[in-house]
Amino acid sequence: MKMTATQKIFAKHTGRESVAAGELITADVDLILGNDITSPVAIAEMKKAGDRVKCPDKVVLVLDHFVPAKDIKSAEQCKIVRDFAREQGIKHFYDVGCSGVEHALLPELGLIRPASLVIGADSHTCTYGALGCVSTGVGSTDMAAAMLTGRLWFRVPSAIKVVLSGTLPRFVTGKDVVLTIIGMLGVDGATYKSLEFFGDIASLTADDRLTIANMAVECGAKNAFFPLDDVSESYLLSRGVKPDAEDVVTADEDAVYERTVTLYLSSLRPTVAFPHLPSNVRTFGKDVPEGLKIDQVVIGSCTNGRISDMRAAASVMKGRKVADGVRCIVIPATQEVYRQCLQEGLTEIFIDSGAAVSTPTCGPCLGGYMGILAGGERAVATTNRNFVGRMGAASSEVYLASPYVAAESAIKGELACPEV
Amino acid sequence: MSGKVFKYGDNVNTDVIIPARYLNDASAENLRSHAMEDIDAEFAKRVQPGDFVVGGYNFGSGSSREHAPLALKASGVAAVIAKSFARIFFRNAVNIGLYLIESAQMADEINENDVLTIENDILKDVTTGRSYPLPPMDEHVKNILKCGGLMEAVKHEG
Repeated sequence: MKMTATQKIFAKHTGRESVAAGELITADVDLILGNDITSPVAIAEMKKAGDRVKCPDKVVLVLDHFVPAKDIKSAEQCKIVRDFAREQGIKHFYDVGCSGVEHALLPELGLIRPASLVIGADSHTCTYGALGCVSTGVGSTDMAAAMLTGRLWFRVPSAIKVVLSGTLPRFVTGKDVVLTIIGMLGVDGATYKSLEFFGDIASLTADDRLTIANMAVECGAKNAFFPLDDVSESYLLSRGVKPDAEDVVTADEDAVYERTVTLYLSSLRPTVAFPHLPSNVRTFGKDVPEGLKIDQVVIGSCTNGRISDMRAAASVMKGRKVADGVRCIVIPATQEVYRQCLQEGLTEIFIDSGAAVSTPTCGPCLGGYMGILAGGERAVATTNRNFVGRMGAASSEVYLASPYVAAESAIKGELACPEV
Repeated sequence: MSGKVFKYGDNVNTDVIIPARYLNDASAENLRSHAMEDIDAEFAKRVQPGDFVVGGYNFGSGSSREHAPLALKASGVAAVIAKSFARIFFRNAVNIGLYLIESAQMADEINENDVLTIENDILKDVTTGRSYPLPPMDEHVKNILKCGGLMEAVKHEG
């Protein structure tokens, strides 16, 4: 039976030789993730049907969206999760001070194993597919059912093959790759499907791949999948994860793909998603207008809050000043990234340039706090969504871009990219 | 059941169904009172139990927040009719027992404020006089909805 890599991993977790696209299956899950927004709903749901989490070691609870608690109601939600973790003996519980934005945190902690099946009550759970596993976003009730039974229902996805060719030019990143893909497929072009990556993936760093897989959901995909190679294996080893032979999953040669999309990496340019859809992409040197004034820049999030993103932003901002009238907010995604920024002198570069540097939080990305936009304001952000009202007032605007573009825009006071 | 239609376009995402600024409180009353606020400030005031929401392609895209289908359910919405649904929204709606109908024809032909009824697997647009057979439902999905949601189904299985 010919299968995609994703289908093989689903088959393994269903205890079967093979599964086929469209089939409904119940699979064993290896890791169940929830955050401070989705877990309280899941906890209440779970308690309707039972008292105990089946496998506490498979549950990961991360407080990241509205922490440090932004108000009393958020504090109450955090408390529900904290109490639950204690009561259920959940050791993978990450609170303020040892936490970070969940999808940056889990790979960093070595919690993601290749060939595993990961679910998370957060849509950007698809991030981990960068490391050769199947991982997908679900809802709170799904999380509840999985906590209680260790299993969950899935529809086996069909797939789109994404073939990468060549290498990326300077100042062009994984963010530009994924925005280009979303522009090609549209916001629902991959709904219910896997995006499986082939071709010259070796030229992409683990961080680039994590950024690409992170935004797969923005074209509707169930998951993204990069096969394990030397780059991802050395990343995993650096995080204490030792893959074995069984962990290397690749698609059968005659696996069926509904569609093949080819991307010539060397022809890509810095790309921006204009309001109000991630698919509304334009590229510098082609159709990004000149002189588009901005009010705020946000550099961080599960998409672009890792150390390579901080280095990229700092390389642009070093010795320069944030433009008058622009607020630049830099948010290292985890405590480890935060410490690295300090050790490498990046924090000083940001502060010297006039940026505000925050403790890890999802905060402004989803319009929670720490950088909300007023009516009519415009932000360039390294985040993942630019829907109406996403970062604040319904009449505000979010432009999605890479850390290079966001940093250059902060300095220039208008949408801009570094000159090669 | 019988109710009036609130009609929207393509890509109605979960951020507009329930903006993140209200996610610090998952109570039905909080979610109901802010449902659809960023694209329709009148929705929460006008919606009545039994009403319908009609959308275009990719309804419920974006965030995995179950608060979105919960907000519509808490508003008394009888069913959401759309040309297509985003994956996680679809799961969430099934899991909490919110009825979804995927039909491009219905989504095209049904208008804002039309009155709809559902009886014996037929959806009738009383305003236009058109009738539509309800599309068949997957057995697995039907079972979850019959049990009243995923947790009830899980309890049922023991």
